[in-house]
Amino acid sequence: MSTVAAIEPRHVSGQRLRERLFRSSTLAAALLVLLLLGGVALSLLLGAWPALKHFKLGFLTREVWNPVTDQYGALAPVYGTLVTSALALLLAIPVSFGIAIFLTELAPAWLKRPVGVAIELLAAVPSIIYGIWGLFVLAPVLQQHVQPWLINGLGPLPLIGKLFQGPPFGIGVLTASFVLAIMVIPFISAVMRDVFETVPDVLKESGYGLGATTWEVIWQVVVPYARTGIIGGIMLGLGRALGETMAVTFVIGNAHRIGSSLLAPGTTISASIANEFAEAVGDLYTSSLIALGALLFLITFTVIAAARLLLLRLDRRALSSV
Amino acid sequence: MSRRALRSLTNAGALALSGLATAIGLFFLGAILWTLVKNGVGGMSAQVFSAMTPPPGSSGGLLNAIYGSVAMTVIGIAIGGPVGMLAGTYLAEYGRHSRLSTVIRFVNDVLLSAPSIIIGLFVYQLLVVRMGHFSAIAGAVALAIIAMPVTVRTTEDMLLLVPQGMKDASTAMGAYPWRTILSVIYPAARSGVVTGLLLAVARISGETAPLLFTALNNQFWSSNLGAPMANLPVVIFQFALSPYPNWQQLAWSGALLITASILVLSIAARIIVSSLGPGGRR
Repeated sequence: MSTVAAIEPRHVSGQRLRERLFRSSTLAAALLVLLLLGGVALSLLLGAWPALKHFKLGFLTREVWNPVTDQYGALAPVYGTLVTSALALLLAIPVSFGIAIFLTELAPAWLKRPVGVAIELLAAVPSIIYGIWGLFVLAPVLQQHVQPWLINGLGPLPLIGKLFQGPPFGIGVLTASFVLAIMVIPFISAVMRDVFETVPDVLKESGYGLGATTWEVIWQVVVPYARTGIIGGIMLGLGRALGETMAVTFVIGNAHRIGSSLLAPGTTISASIANEFAEAVGDLYTSSLIALGALLFLITFTVIAAARLLLLRLDRRALSSV
Repeated sequence: MSRRALRSLTNAGALALSGLATAIGLFFLGAILWTLVKNGVGGMSAQVFSAMTPPPGSSGGLLNAIYGSVAMTVIGIAIGGPVGMLAGTYLAEYGRHSRLSTVIRFVNDVLLSAPSIIIGLFVYQLLVVRMGHFSAIAGAVALAIIAMPVTVRTTEDMLLLVPQGMKDASTAMGAYPWRTILSVIYPAARSGVVTGLLLAVARISGETAPLLFTALNNQFWSSNLGAPMANLPVVIFQFALSPYPNWQQLAWSGALLITASILVLSIAARIIVSSLGPGGRR
């Protein structure tokens, strides 16, 4: 027995050492996640500093963007980012809601999975593919069939008419919003579907027991119960739309100006960076583009953080698809 | 119309609209795939896989771009995958209930949805500026940073599915946690974790924005990680927006190639997950 007693302590101390090593490497990897976010924020701030120092708050309020005179203002890209995202949500929310209802309440069991997977695959398609499709397929269709109709039908109206005036370019703010809407539908509908599924059957059955129709149960039982999750899902979609780059770059037209018409070309923060960054000469130009990036980071971080906080209460595993 | 008829009419209308919404979603998936097949298949030839990206007007292929994409994706997942798995292991095992883990989970979820172009800017500042030039390794690091949060999330979720009884059994036999994790938990969660890695590969292999100013592009063959490297997404971007028909054709072929690979990966991952059964294990 003396051999065992002699070996055991060494064996145990080796185990302890490996335990400590393994544990600290997992901890280090986990801390790297925090470090990454901090590093991203810090590097953007440092890169943006020269531009912010030079233009002060004027950077946020000016529309001018002129590499020749070295004058830069973020207003046009910020406006474009917010308008395209808002418009995309306007189009995407009803469709996503419908898809989520179809998948949770309506579809027969055999249809649920294939349709659900197909919608999820829409999220797997890379954004550059949306871009090339948007430019070569969607934009011509909108230009020839939809935009003339909008210009003739809505253009003469008071107030909103202004949004639909001008020549049908095909590419522009409206087209970008349309592509964005298709891209965020799978994200929003996946979250909505998951939160609808957390509604206890007992609640729905009580509704049916009182004689409610399927729609009445959905609108008066499911939706109120899932309200927080629905808003969280929409904000998650908004976060996607705000930061989406390649698809928008293809179809928005890349004009640094604020047009009153939705049919006119514009730009977004991410599209400006994607288009100009690799070719930007001069420190102020580069720094201004990084400052745009910092602005985008701030906006998306706020939206995504809010969305995640709203969704935090829900079962994490139910939301693993996003 | 009676109130009752109105209610059932509203019901039918609403449900029909939800069916219509689903049809709209499916229509766009179909439309995109159809466009890719229609425009991409014609240009598919052996040359696409054997020749370099051509100058405007002459014929060529995508070999250097395919190589670059594969190389950067492999390096990206080779860095981001293991680090993500370790971090996921911490969240699921060592720090499951700690306050730190709650914060890390939250930050990871934020990174998961963060715009990829921001990651590109970060790596540009971190590596490209320091090195003084664009490089494939910078592109790979950008992809790794995008792959990591995906892996963290799926690893944690999959490890949590391993029954506590198995862990307890291992602990009762005197195993230290590291031994339990390596010899019991990882094998039990293997297919789930592999699925997570597949999804991460699918996610990064189509990323364009973070490569635009890290790996840039290269018209020629290059296997030098310290130099700019061609890659499919950036080549598609450049060629699709060019006025040259042969470049546009190659862009469509590349688009078809990349989408087909990603859809195959995504579907394979889902098949593995569903074969795990409702309990999530083999």
